[in-house]
Amino acid sequence: MSFVNAPIRKKDAMSLVTGKPVYTGDLIPQNALVVKLLRSPHANADIESINTAAALKVPGVCCILTWEDVPDARFTTAGQTYPEPSPYDRLILDRHLRCYGDPVAIVAAENEQAADKALRLIKVKYHVMEPLLDFTKAKDNPILVHPEDNFRALCPVGADNKRNLCSTELMDIGDVDEVLKTCDVAVERTFNTKANNQAMMETFRTFSYIDEYGRLTVVSSTQVPFHARRILSNALQIPKSRIRVVKPRIGGGFGAKQSVVSEIFPAIVTLKTGRAASIIYSREESMTNGSPRHQMQMKVRVGASRDGVIRAIDLYALSNAGAYGDHGPTTIGLVGHKALSLYGGLEAARFDNEVVYTNTMGGGAYRGYGATQGIFAVESAVSELAAKLGMDPCVLREKNMVAQGQMMPTYYNEPCNSCTLDKCMAKAKEMMDWDSKYPRRVLENGHIRSVGVAMAMQGSGISGVDIASVEIRLNDDGFYTLLLGCTDMGTGCDTILSQMAADCLDCDFDRIAVRGVDTDFSPYDTGSYASSTTYVTGMAVVKTCQVLREKILKTGASMLNVPPETAEFDGKRVFVPGTDKQVTLEEIGYASYEGHNRCLSASESHSSPISPPPFMVGMAEIDLDPETGKVEVVDYVGAVDCGTVINTNLARVQTEGGIVQGIGMALYEDICYSASGKMESNSFLQYKIPTRLDVGKIRIEFESSYEPTGPFGAKSIGELVINTPAPAIMNALYNATGCFFDTLPVRSEDIFFAMEKKKQS
Amino acid sequence: MLITVMINGKKYTDEIAPDMVLLDYLRQKGCYSVKRGCETSNCGLCTVHLDGKPILSCSYLAARADGHSVTTLEGLQEEAAEFGAFLADQGGEQCGFCSPGFIMNVLAMVRELKDPTEAEIQEYLSGNLCRCTGYQSQLRAVKNYLAHKQEVQS
Amino acid sequence: MFTAQQYIKAATLEEAYELNQKRNNAILGGGCWMKMNRRRYQAIIDLSGLGLDKIEETPEEFVLGAMVTLRRLETSPKLQKAFGNGFYEMTRHIVGVQFRNCATLGGSLYSRFGFSDILTFLMALDCQVELAHAGLVPLEEYAKMPYDNDVLARVHIFKNGRRAAYESFRQAATDIPVLTCAASVLDGTLRVVIGARPMRAVSLEFPFPETGEALTEICRQVQETVPFGSNLRGSGEYRRHLAGVLCRRAVCSLKEGTSC
Repeated sequence: MSFVNAPIRKKDAMSLVTGKPVYTGDLIPQNALVVKLLRSPHANADIESINTAAALKVPGVCCILTWEDVPDARFTTAGQTYPEPSPYDRLILDRHLRCYGDPVAIVAAENEQAADKALRLIKVKYHVMEPLLDFTKAKDNPILVHPEDNFRALCPVGADNKRNLCSTELMDIGDVDEVLKTCDVAVERTFNTKANNQAMMETFRTFSYIDEYGRLTVVSSTQVPFHARRILSNALQIPKSRIRVVKPRIGGGFGAKQSVVSEIFPAIVTLKTGRAASIIYSREESMTNGSPRHQMQMKVRVGASRDGVIRAIDLYALSNAGAYGDHGPTTIGLVGHKALSLYGGLEAARFDNEVVYTNTMGGGAYRGYGATQGIFAVESAVSELAAKLGMDPCVLREKNMVAQGQMMPTYYNEPCNSCTLDKCMAKAKEMMDWDSKYPRRVLENGHIRSVGVAMAMQGSGISGVDIASVEIRLNDDGFYTLLLGCTDMGTGCDTILSQMAADCLDCDFDRIAVRGVDTDFSPYDTGSYASSTTYVTGMAVVKTCQVLREKILKTGASMLNVPPETAEFDGKRVFVPGTDKQVTLEEIGYASYEGHNRCLSASESHSSPISPPPFMVGMAEIDLDPETGKVEVVDYVGAVDCGTVINTNLARVQTEGGIVQGIGMALYEDICYSASGKMESNSFLQYKIPTRLDVGKIRIEFESSYEPTGPFGAKSIGELVINTPAPAIMNALYNATGCFFDTLPVRSEDIFFAMEKKKQS
Repeated sequence: MLITVMINGKKYTDEIAPDMVLLDYLRQKGCYSVKRGCETSNCGLCTVHLDGKPILSCSYLAARADGHSVTTLEGLQEEAAEFGAFLADQGGEQCGFCSPGFIMNVLAMVRELKDPTEAEIQEYLSGNLCRCTGYQSQLRAVKNYLAHKQEVQS
Repeated sequence: MFTAQQYIKAATLEEAYELNQKRNNAILGGGCWMKMNRRRYQAIIDLSGLGLDKIEETPEEFVLGAMVTLRRLETSPKLQKAFGNGFYEMTRHIVGVQFRNCATLGGSLYSRFGFSDILTFLMALDCQVELAHAGLVPLEEYAKMPYDNDVLARVHIFKNGRRAAYESFRQAATDIPVLTCAASVLDGTLRVVIGARPMRAVSLEFPFPETGEALTEICRQVQETVPFGSNLRGSGEYRRHLAGVLCRRAVCSLKEGTSC
C-alpha cells in the first residue's frame, strides 16, 4: 500500500481534537514566574529616566529589568540562516523606543496580578519625539529610526541606517524603458497593500527554565527552533552550547513564529533569577508588536503588443520595515522574483526595490512573504492590460504564462522543470464555467455577479541555503523512529514526512513514530518556512530511507550469511529470492540491539540548489450589491500544481485556508494607525479576519506536474495558496464595475464611491 | 470567595478571586482544552457548556458559575473523539488550537438544533474563528458527522 | 480585563441599587463588553439571582428581564410571533451563539453603545425601561440620558400592533455594524431609527409613505436630518448614503407584498 498521495489522518489529530494539553501554554511549570512587558505609549521616544522602586515593592514581584540590565549587543530576531540578511538593529530593551508598544521594562512576578500591579507602578519619563509614520517619506527623512552607531548589516543588502534604509536592490534584464516605449499598449499603476497580521489562534508564548545540567531550556511556540537557539545566544550573549530549544505543538504560525518574538523575555528572566519563567502574549500584543506582513507600495508598468504578447514589466517596490528590519531585505525579493516569473517570454524586466524604516510596528514573515504583495500588483496590472487590449484576462495569461522547460531569468535563472500552469488555467475555467460567466451578469435583485482570475507561484525552500536533516532509527520491534528538525505548526509535516518514510521503507504508516523538535536531539533543520518542509525535508527523508534500507539489507544478509548483493529487502524481511532464506525486520531489529556495532540508524541532510515553483490559478465569483458596494465572494476555485500531492486532505485544507486568508487581506483585514502612531486594529474586534460567514464555497482541484528534484515529484504548497485571492477579486470587481482597485483592503465604501465617481464621469 | 461548581460531573468547592473568569478557573482545575485566543470575546476558543449551553468562559466570571454545572471537552471525551474523527478525516483540525472550542460548539449545536441546514450550521458556528482551515473542511466534517448520526439513529 | 475586590450577588433589586450608588461599584451584565475595560472596581454586582431572566407576556405587554440573554431574544417563539423576525435580525449578527448566550438585554441597553443593534431595534417598538428607582422611562428618552447609578431591571414592550423591521450593514458578517436601521408602523405613522451613526441611535417619525416618491422623500429627509460621523468602520458620508438604502429596505419590508 502507498501512503503518499492519500488522505492520511494527521498523527497528532486525535490528541488535538480531544483537547489534550500539548501546547506551550499547557506545559508551563506550576512555579514559573509570570513575565509581562511594560510597553511604550509613544511611537518615537527616548527613556529619560525609569524608576522601578515602587514596583519592586509589590509583593510577589521577583525582578524588573530595564535597558540598563541587558547586553548592549544588537541582533535580529528574524529566523534566518546565518549570516542573516536582516540587519542587527535590536536590543532586548533599548533606551530608544521606535514604535508604539516597544518594550520598556520586563517584569517577572509570582502571579499575573502582581505583575500587572508592578507594571502600573513603574515610573518612566519619556522624551517624546516626532514619529516617522509615512513610509513613502522615510528615505532620507530627518527623523532617523536607527541613528545608533552599532547598527550593522551582516550581509551586503544595501542597508544604511543614516538614510532609514533597511535594504536596496536592483535587478535589470534587458532595456525595460526602451521595450516599453515600443509596446503597442502599456499600463501603469501604483498599488498599495497594508501590513497584515497572521492572527494565528495561539499567540506568541514561551517558557524557560534551567535544566539539571545548568543549561537554559526554552520551550516555545516557534517555527525555527535552531535559529531561535542562535538568536537567544546573540541576544543574551551566552554560548549556544548553553541553550536548548524545544517546540511542542504549535497553534498556528503562518510565518509569525519565524521570528523570535516572545522567547527572549522569559529567557533573560530565567538567566537573571534562576527561576522558571513564562510569557503569554495577549492578542493585543500579538497584533501590535508581532511580526506581520510588510506594508508595501508597488509601481508597475507592463507593456504588450496589440495581439497580447507581454513584452516587458517594470516593477518598483517600496516596503515598510517598520521599526525593525526583520525579514525586510528578503521579503522584498519575492515581490519581484515570484511575480515577474509568472510570465515566460519577457524581452525586458526590471525590479527595483527599497525597504525603509519607520516608527510603525516592525514587520516579519507572513505566508507568501512578499510574493503575495508582488503578485497582487503584477496580476492586477496584467488584468488591466487585458481590459485595455479588449481581451479575456484568461486568454492573455494563456498566451504569456511561463511553461515547463523554460529558463526563468527573473527567478535567478532557475529552470522551470515542472509546470502545469496551462492545465491549471483550463481546469479553473472549467470549474468556474468561466466562459459563460465572464465577465458579469445582473441578477434579478439587482446584484452583480462577476468573475475574476489570477495566477500565482511561490518557491519550494530557499535555493542553496535551506538545509534539512532527518534521522531514522530502526528499533527492536522493527518499527522506526523518525526524528525531524522541521516544525509541524499544524500543517501536518510530521505526518506527510512519515507518509514518505512509510513508502520509502515499504512499511505500514503506524510503524513510523515521529518526534518534533528539540535542538538537543533533533537533527538540524533550518525550520518550517519558505515552503521548505515537503520539498527540502522530504528529500532528506527519501535519502535517509535509502541509506537505512541499505544498512538493513546488509545486516539481514549477514544474519543469513549471504552477500548483500544476493539479498533483497521488501520492507518486512530480508530474503534471498528463489530460496527460503529470510529474516524478518523484527528479527533484524532485535538483533541490531544485541552485542555488535550495527545499531541501525541513518541520518542524511538535503539542500537544493533550486527552488522549484508550485503554480496556481485562482478564480473568484463575487456578488456585488451596487446600492451599498457590499461584495461577497460566493465561489472561489483553485487549480493547483504543487507537483505530486503527498497528503490529499492536508494539501486541500492548506489551499482552502490560504485562500481564506487571502480573501481576508483583500476585503477585511485593515491595519490602521492613529495620528500619533498607535495601532488601532489591535484586536479581533477591530482586525476582522474572515469568519465562516464571510467566505462562500471554495473548491480545489490539483493538476499535478512531476518535479524531478522533489520527493515523489512533490513541490511546496503552504505559501502559494494565499496569493491569488486579492488580484482575482480585484479583477472580478473590475468586471463588475469597470473600476480598477489598487489599494487593499477594498472596503464596500471604496467600491461604492468608485462606482459613483464612474457614473458621474 | 467560595464557590461550588460542578465540572464535568464532579463537584468542586474552591476559594477564588472575585474577578477570576471561568476560563482561568477551569484551566486551574486542569481543563487545559479550554483556550484563550483573544481579549474581546470574539474567537470562541474558550467555549464551554454552562448548564448545557455554549458560553464564552473568557467573559463569564467564575463567581457567577457558583451552583452551576460546567462541561469542557475533558468531560465529553467520547463525543469529542467521535466527532473529532470526522474532523481528522478531513484534515480539518490543522493546528488544533481552536478545535476544543469549535467541537464544544458543534456538540452544543447537535443538542440544540434538529437537522440543521447548511446555513444554520454556518450561523451557529460563526462565533468560532479558525485561521488555518478556511472552514470548508470543518463544514464537511460536521455534515458527515450529522449524516452518520442520522444513519445510526435510523 | 477589569479587576474587582468583591463579587456580590444581590438578594434584592433594592440591594443592587444601594450597592450601585458607590462610585467604584458596577453592575455586571453579560460580561462580554465589560471585560474589555480595565477599570478597578470595588464590587461587581450580579443581578442573576433576582429572577430577571424571564420573558413574560401579558395581554398588554411583554416584560423582559434585564438578565435575559440575547440568544433567548433571538430564539423566543413568543417574540417571533408578536414582532416577526426583528428580534432574530437584531441579534443574529452579534459575534456568535456563545457570545449571545452570555450577553444580556440589560447590559446591551444600559451601555447604550452607538453601534447597538438592540437599542436600534427596540427603539422602533414602544418600549419602556424599568429602572429600580426612576421607574418606567420611555426607551427613547433613556437612550439620550447620561450614564447614572440606577439599575435597569426590566424592559416593557407594548403589544399595540406595531409592526417593525430591522436592517443592518456590516463590513464583515459578525462585525459591529457600520449602520443600523429599524422601521416600524403604527396607525399610519412610520418610525425610523438610525443607529451606529456611529453615535447612539436616534428616531424620527413620518406619515407612512404610500407611494414610492413619498418613501424617497423620507429617505432623503433621514439622510439630511440625522447627523453622521466617521470612524474605523466607515465615513460619515458613506453612512449617510447607507441610511437612505437601509431606510428604504426596512420600510419596504414593512409593506408586506407590495414592491418598492
